[in-house]
Amino acid sequence: MVGTLKQQWRAYRRDPKSFFLFLSVWLAALITMLALIFIIAYILIKGIPNLTPGLFDSKYTTENVSLLPALINTLFMMLLSLLFAVPVGIGAAIYLTEYARRGNKLISIIGITAETLSGIPSIVYGLFGSLFFVKYLGLGLSLLSGALTLSIMILPLIMRTTEEALRSVPDSYREGSFGLGAGKLRTVFSIVLPSAVPGILSGVILGIGRIVGESAALIYTAGTVAEIATSIFSSARTLSVHMYSISGEGLYIKQTYGAAVVLLVVVILINALSGFVAKKIGR
Amino acid sequence: MKNIKQRMSGCAKHPYVQEKVMKLLFFLTALVSIAAVILICIFLFASGIPAIKEIGLFKFLLGTSWKPANNLYGILPMIVGSLYVTAGALIIGVPIGILTAVFMARFAPRSIYAPLKAAVNLMAGIPSVVYGFFGLVVLVPFIREAFGGRGMSVLTASVLLGLMILPTIISVSEASIRAVPESCYEGGLALGASHERSVFFTVLPAARSGIFAGVVLGIGRAVGETMAVMMVAGNQPAIPDSILSGVRTLTTNIVLEMGYSTDLHREALIGTAVVLFVFILIINLSLSLGGRRVK
Repeated sequence: MVGTLKQQWRAYRRDPKSFFLFLSVWLAALITMLALIFIIAYILIKGIPNLTPGLFDSKYTTENVSLLPALINTLFMMLLSLLFAVPVGIGAAIYLTEYARRGNKLISIIGITAETLSGIPSIVYGLFGSLFFVKYLGLGLSLLSGALTLSIMILPLIMRTTEEALRSVPDSYREGSFGLGAGKLRTVFSIVLPSAVPGILSGVILGIGRIVGESAALIYTAGTVAEIATSIFSSARTLSVHMYSISGEGLYIKQTYGAAVVLLVVVILINALSGFVAKKIGR
Repeated sequence: MKNIKQRMSGCAKHPYVQEKVMKLLFFLTALVSIAAVILICIFLFASGIPAIKEIGLFKFLLGTSWKPANNLYGILPMIVGSLYVTAGALIIGVPIGILTAVFMARFAPRSIYAPLKAAVNLMAGIPSVVYGFFGLVVLVPFIREAFGGRGMSVLTASVLLGLMILPTIISVSEASIRAVPESCYEGGLALGASHERSVFFTVLPAARSGIFAGVVLGIGRAVGETMAVMMVAGNQPAIPDSILSGVRTLTTNIVLEMGYSTDLHREALIGTAVVLFVFILIINLSLSLGGRRVK
């Protein structure tokens, strides 16, 4: 680190192994960066010319493969999944951090199950959803089945981030609240939770990212109907599923590029948002 | 500390109904994840195990032909396919991932670090269909031109998966390299090692448990990936004889045929999911055991 470039170079001449290591880490970082840039640039350059107004028509037909219905369905799916996953995830995290005694066996069991859940591949979730929600509970291929499946999928993520956020709230806050005569519940809701909001939010945003990108878990739970869902019991494809379905048919390469661009832009926006929130936490 | 706890538990004993009800509610939400795991196990095993029994465990696991029309349900080609593709992904993803993590933790100037970090985060967020589509329109033709064959192959899937597991390996490894005490690195320097040698021969070995965890998580992701692999792997249910022949993995087997399968065929697919699930459980288990041993 010290010294001019020339000294550095002389040192490397004497020690080629160090130079090799130095080169290899730069090379690896370059490959990583270039791979991402290549993927994004390729999709954007090939895709943006294919963003025709027809893609944003409110009606899907076989002649005009509009992606707008799928985009709206994605929004529904996201809201519905969050509606299930966020309260449960936050509630569980509150129990784990505020109520359960340390060293409680239940805590470690919940930790293990959450870890297991986060490792299960999405297709297994999809299969489970189609066996349980679609068939056993009789919800059919529907927005609701899909959202319930996805909410189990993102539950560990929300639980973990909320738990971390709650744990980082200093105990003095709680003591202060108790000292002022507030009860446990009041302390949790008006002192602890509000100061943990940014952390919880970053978990929710990560969850949204997963919901938007998910396809394998939805094909056999929410189905592939390309219309705007009229109720939570109607089958509906999200944008990722839409993209998958039209890419498989081979006829709609242009529209697939269009869908890829929209999906990519959504993901980039979500990422920017989560970066912004993370910065807020850091402050 | 003890004081707080006593007071906290004291507060919980207030005779307010509301407090009790909410505590119960929080408790129930905490049980949801346990219930979910139990339900997933029950529903997969209840439909998968009878099918495996009917087919015969060895015929199912070691049978080399998957021909549902002829009542032949051997998933060995898919098991081998998953292993090949995962191994290929590791060959590509692990060296690049670990070296990038080392770069980010120890080499990157600040002006490069921020965009690189953002890039890695973005890579983790790109949906698998987008990766799959990219593979389909870029990698498949490229490999067809460069190496011959049909382009949809073990090699294609490996390269794509290698890219997809990069962010997992990088972020976990970077965090563990950063967690190594500075004194390790400084000790290396003090003994006359160069910056590079000090990082690679003192810091990196000290971070190996975390790096191992990152690699295992990467394996989990590669084994579980479905859509991207399906779009580029060709999906022939036969053991691939070269890295340029098509391959079908456990995950893609399920998603390809679930739509139209009935009866035993359907249950055999669920049996495939059971095998996949057991694979993932083993991977998870090795992770928590490995982590405990090092701690």
